[in-house]
Order: sequence, then C-alpha cells, then structure tokens
Amino acid sequence: MNALLEVQGLSVRFGGLSALDDICMTAEQGEILGLIGPNGAGKTTFINAVSGAVKARGTVRFGGRSIAGLRPYQIARLGIARTYQIVQPFPEMSALDNVAAGALFSGATPSLAQARKRAEAVLERVGLVREMRRAADELTLAQRKRLEVAKGLASSPRMLLLDEVNAGLDGTEIDDALRLIRSIAAEGVVVLLVEHLMRVVSGLCHRVIVLHHGRMIANGEPARVLAEESVIEAYLGRRYAKRSALAAKA
Amino acid sequence: MTGRRTTAAAWVVAVAAALALFVSEDAYALRLGALLAMYIALASGWNIIGGMAGYPSFATAAFFGLGAYAGALVQLKGVPMPLAWLFGALVPGTLALVIGWVVLRLRGHYFAIASLAVAIVLRELATNWTGLTGGGMGLNLPVLQSSVIAQARLFYAAQAMLAAVGVGISSLVAYSRLGFALFCVRQNETAAGMLGLDARRVKAAAFALSAAIAGAAGAIHASSIFYIDPGDVFDVLLAVKPILMAMLGGAGTVGGPVVGAAVFFLLEQTVWATFLSVHSGVLGILVVALALFLPQGLLRWMYRGKVA
Repeated sequence: MNALLEVQGLSVRFGGLSALDDICMTAEQGEILGLIGPNGAGKTTFINAVSGAVKARGTVRFGGRSIAGLRPYQIARLGIARTYQIVQPFPEMSALDNVAAGALFSGATPSLAQARKRAEAVLERVGLVREMRRAADELTLAQRKRLEVAKGLASSPRMLLLDEVNAGLDGTEIDDALRLIRSIAAEGVVVLLVEHLMRVVSGLCHRVIVLHHGRMIANGEPARVLAEESVIEAYLGRRYAKRSALAAKA
Repeated sequence: MTGRRTTAAAWVVAVAAALALFVSEDAYALRLGALLAMYIALASGWNIIGGMAGYPSFATAAFFGLGAYAGALVQLKGVPMPLAWLFGALVPGTLALVIGWVVLRLRGHYFAIASLAVAIVLRELATNWTGLTGGGMGLNLPVLQSSVIAQARLFYAAQAMLAAVGVGISSLVAYSRLGFALFCVRQNETAAGMLGLDARRVKAAAFALSAAIAGAAGAIHASSIFYIDPGDVFDVLLAVKPILMAMLGGAGTVGGPVVGAAVFFLLEQTVWATFLSVHSGVLGILVVALALFLPQGLLRWMYRGKVA
C-alpha cells in the first residue's frame, strides 16, 4: 500500500537550535501513529512543519503531492487537519459555528447552512451536541479539547494531527477519546498523535515514533519501541537505562 | 425575542425620519441630515474591516480624500455627478485591494499605524502634485445652477442613499460566508488559517468594501461643497470619528455603527457647539470613557449576549 504521508529529511532550525533534524517517516491510511519524546524533543515542531505553520527544509509528500512550502490554509484544504496543544477556539462563537468553520473553510461543504448541518452531526459524534449553542469559552477544558477534534473532523480530513488532546483529561474522558480516535482511524484517516500518556500510546497506537533533541531515535511497534534502551535513556537518563537493561538480561 | 421586534421598529423609525426629512424645506436641516447620513456610511464602512474583521484601520481619511479627489477630477472633465461618485468609490476600493495585500499582513497596532501612513502619503501626494490636484490651493468643482434648497436636498438624498447602501452592504456581509470568515479572523486568525481559510483574501475584500464606501462619501462631499483641499479631505479626524461611532454603538454589529453615528452626531451638534474651544478635549475624554466603560458599545451593553 502506498503511504499517504511521506516525510524525507525534514529539518527545522530556530536560529542556532536544531528543533528537527533529518526526520524520515511515512504513514499509511488508517494508521494510528504515536509521536512521543521528552519535553522539547520536537514533537509539536514536527506537527507545525507538516501543517505549514513553520518553515522547514526537506520534502513532505501527502497523497503523492509535495506540500512543502505551501501555506497552512492550502495544506488544510488538501485534507490535513490539526489540533493545538493549547486549544485555539473562536472564543465568542458558538460550539456549532466553531465546528462549522472547519467544514466551511476546508471546502468540505459549499454553504454556511450546510456547514452548520455537518457541524451538528460532528458534534453529535464527539458528544458535544448538547453544548452546541454555547460559546466556546464557556466550555470546560475537556469539552474544548473535543471541540478542537470536532473542528478538524468537520473538514473531512485524510490525516488528523492531534497535539496532546488527552492531556488534562480524567479516566473516563480518555476512554471516550480513545474510542473516538479508533473510529476515526477505522474510516481510513491517518491519525498522528503527540502523546505523553503511556497508557494511550501502548493501548492505541499501531506504531510509535520517538523524538529526542529533534532526532528520530526509534520507529516501530509500541511494545518494542518502549523497551528500547535508547528510548528509556531519553526519558529517564543513562543510568536508569543501563540498570533496566541489566535487569532485563538477568 | 423582544430585541428583534425593537430592532425592526428602530429601522422603520429611522427610514421614516429619513424620508420625512427629504420633503423638508429647511436647507439647514437637510445639510445636517446629509452629515449624519455620511457619518452612518463612514461608520458602517469602517465597521466591515475594523469591527467585523477586527483590523483597526485608520485609513478612512485616506480613502475619503482619495474618493473626493477622484470624483472631483473626473467631474471637472465633464463626467456627470453620479458616475463621478461611482468612480470615487472605485479608485479607493482598488487601492485598498492593492495595499491591503501588503498592510493586512500586519496585526493590531502595527496595522493601525500602517493604515494611518496611507492617509499621510496620499495627503502629501495631493499637496505636491500641483499639476493634477491644484496642490495646497485646492480644487474648485463645478457649481450647480439650482436653488439652495434643491442642492441641499440633492446631496442629502445622495448621502442618505449611500448610508442605506453602506448599511445594506454591511448586513449582507454580516450574514454571508464573508462575514462568518471575518468574525473567525477577528477571533482567532491563526486557527482560521489552519482550518483552510485564506485570511488574506477575505481581509482584502473587507478592506476594499470599506474603502469604496468611504471613497463614495468623499466624492459626494466634494460635489456638495464645490471646493476641496488636501487638509480638509485627508483630515485625520475623518479616520478617528468613524471608529468612535462604531465603537460607541457596538463594533462588529450591523446596527452598532448606525446607533453610534447618531449618538455621536447629537453629541457633536449639542455639546461641541457649546464648548467650541475645547471640543477636541471632549473628543479625547470620549475616547477614554469609551475604552474604559463601554468597550463593547451601547448595543451590546443593552442586549447583553446577543451578537449581530
């Protein structure tokens, strides 16, 4: 099967700091991909680079087409939706109109009336339909996170980039989120999520990519990747990694 | 909702009053009516870029002056007045598209300063391009050969029609895709872009509409006073007043600029006429009071929570 997303030699520099260094990866339809790494590893920068929010070097192909250098709105219209770690709603607009904006601007629906109709269906799906008349800034954090996902979903994306949508949620809220993400991927959408919760990573992701200081240090099945010495070292330090490796041998 | 009924009633009263004034025989009242109508047009026009899109433009004076000169110059070449006014809308509208493409990349204060600079540049151009504009000596327009009252009525009708067109355009925009996009730009431009909105295009469209309305107002104004000079038509107050009016009534709403223009007009006529020497001081106090006590405007204050 052809990869929907192909990234080659992707690098981002902020002045003298190399935020992303020569990342190569692919993602296939329906795949749920975890992007993990310690703070400052470049996870959000990766999402920014793919969605066009920061300038990057290297090639990014989406559906066979090069998208490097396109502006964010052009990339969005090609079917890449994203959420932000810090939620970015239209605060005074209703939840319904927030989601309708996703449907309208992406070109998924031609008119505002149809966009609102679609938005209602999407809100139903993410469990926010009762909140649809309320202004976005009146919603709880968990609801606003779901609203972000709904905005992305309303655009009928082929790939959804989720930046820590589960952070700050409680147990049942996370279960709901996982169910939602699985159902999205089941429709053939690539879901790439930045995640800190290992429970989510190991329970949900088909594949995990680990970033550390802007470099990709692992890429593979969650169980295998999370046991790799370099990964444990990146998270917990060298001494702990050696000790756990010794413990595993014994 | 009671708010909706009140709004409808207010529109009916406003239109009835406008029509009643048209048959008046009082030239002074007609001139005041023309001024109020011009204020409504300017405030509604500014509101499209400044209120709906949230880009605080100080370019109204630039577009007003450019419209005045464009209209005056073609009128001097023999173009009939209504066509000259249309031309006076077209030229600033086009200029706004072009410069908007550049200055609308700036946000907040930076945009405000850049838009103010447009007026200064145009004013210098009008002052120094003596061959075309007559420079600081100003420009005389053809004087109409009709009675004082007929002239007053004509220009009142023209400004009132422009006000109606301005309010019409602003409500069409507010309830269309363009307005929806502008509201999104005002609330969170980055997020709108990430959802697939080409924000630059909708902002440029809003800027151009706003400029065209200001330009037409300038062109009609020029025809009505038969003489323009750079200091008059590029006056910075022409940029500040519409902002005040729109904010006073409620920026971003359709009715806000209309209410704001009316309230401002009354203030100007009563208070300012009595305190002639300190009226710019009163203007300053009004700005501060607005920012402090009524940041959302009269309409939003009256109907809390109901937008548009």
